[in-house]
Amino acid sequence: MKNKTYNIKALLIAALLSIFMIALVFFGSRKLQNFDAALVTYLFGTVFAFFGIVYRYTVWLQRPPTWIYFKRGITYLITGKVFSHFWFATKESVENIAFQKFIYPRGKYRWMAHFMIAVGCTSAFLITIPLTFGWINFAMAPNSISVYEAYFFGFKVMDFNLDSITAFLTFHALNWSSYLVIFGSLYYLRRRLTNPGLIATQSFEGDLLPLILLIAISVTGLGLTYSYQFMKGLAFDFLAVLHAVTVIMFLIWIPFGKFFHIIQRPAQIGAHIYKKQGMKMGMAVCPHTGEEFTTNLHIKDLKAVTKELGFNFDKEDGTSHLDLSPEGKRSRLAQAHLKARQQGGNLFG
Amino acid sequence: MNYTNFNIHEEFFVDMQRCIGCKACELACAECETNGQESMIHVNYVDRASTVQTTVQVCMHCDDPVCANVCPADAISKDEFGIVHTANTERCIGCSNCVMACPFGVPKKEESYDLMMKCTMCYDRTSVGKKPMCATVCPSGALFYGTKDQIQEMRPNSTPVNTFVFGQEIVNTKVNIMMPKGSTELIIF
Repeated sequence: MKNKTYNIKALLIAALLSIFMIALVFFGSRKLQNFDAALVTYLFGTVFAFFGIVYRYTVWLQRPPTWIYFKRGITYLITGKVFSHFWFATKESVENIAFQKFIYPRGKYRWMAHFMIAVGCTSAFLITIPLTFGWINFAMAPNSISVYEAYFFGFKVMDFNLDSITAFLTFHALNWSSYLVIFGSLYYLRRRLTNPGLIATQSFEGDLLPLILLIAISVTGLGLTYSYQFMKGLAFDFLAVLHAVTVIMFLIWIPFGKFFHIIQRPAQIGAHIYKKQGMKMGMAVCPHTGEEFTTNLHIKDLKAVTKELGFNFDKEDGTSHLDLSPEGKRSRLAQAHLKARQQGGNLFG
Repeated sequence: MNYTNFNIHEEFFVDMQRCIGCKACELACAECETNGQESMIHVNYVDRASTVQTTVQVCMHCDDPVCANVCPADAISKDEFGIVHTANTERCIGCSNCVMACPFGVPKKEESYDLMMKCTMCYDRTSVGKKPMCATVCPSGALFYGTKDQIQEMRPNSTPVNTFVFGQEIVNTKVNIMMPKGSTELIIF
């Protein structure tokens, strides 16, 4: 795997999209009219995270195996084939992205904990990012002291009474997110500290730190509410700074650490559509077992990708080792071993 | 990885002609904590129509793993001891590129999990100086884990080989296959 220290194409794309994002912040907040200056540190963190995410995503897409999936996806889109999978893609998005269904068979509690973290984080992102960017703002209704209005991009979207249930749920929305994240993260922290397989393979910065960060963000965030509601604002400034530090660490960590899987996960749907489309185009049959094992498209693409990566499994007779199914490959290896043993004159040496 | 007591003097030696198909290794493999109780070792008939011979396959832990190279999600990594780890659960997108590209037919796609899983040479055990589960239970010597001196004493007429030729590709691995004495490579036709 060849890696360069930096990637000009990715730098350029990330820089351009970040400038576009800053322009959206400027105009979305109605020329900073609705921008909350208290959130400026969060804005820097978010723009940096956005730059990092686009940079890493672009570098990632340029890897030959990733690029071929991306290229196929775009091709199916342009030629209209993706529309024949529209219902499938919608179903997959709901099941696998919104509900992370594939985690359930790995463990019921693992799924529940992951779902709690996912809902908590997604709702927190949906609230905080538009607030930081000045895309959402609240104002008192004209001629009223009890009705609050919510604006998105400067356009009014809803209003509610200040003593209503809607107001209570809305103002405390980040607290509900925090509870979900804390419960989910504690489950995973316990799992990572007690499961021998995970203890053997995990790393602190890759696996434990993200969970600690999530808990730190949520606890300091909840602390702000508890401070002003129940403790007469005790240590509020300190908590606010601590919360900002943990959130900014989290934002900076997204493109480089475990949280990048949030951005990567939709590729799973792409891989499923690729498989489904491939099945329509015909299945590959293993010359050893005589059974279908994957799609012809998959084998054809893999031959091209492996060559691009510097591996050549072509044989002299024009076939390829990649034409064999996994079982076929294992059997051919055993047959070659038997032949070598027979030629050596002794089956067991 | 965090801490380790990996014994770099011990290696894996496979002799598939000794495999009797008892599947003790399959059951032992399911005890490996890194697999989450799924068995990753392969025991299959070589050509059931003409012979009852079975073969056994563990991950060969290639020097330049094809599985990791073809992974579109960067989910497979190799550590400083040459162990090629199973797919990172949060990254793997279940595309099966690794399953189809591995020249030894090792990675398994667990369809219900939508996840690739593979042999990690029992990293939970080997990282603390123990032997892999399969090698500790194999009754016929098809799977052996120990030092080069130990295997040479046990199999004086064999040579461990870790170079494999698949078409035009030469693959070097961490795991050895026992071959007739003096062999340097195994050519897969």
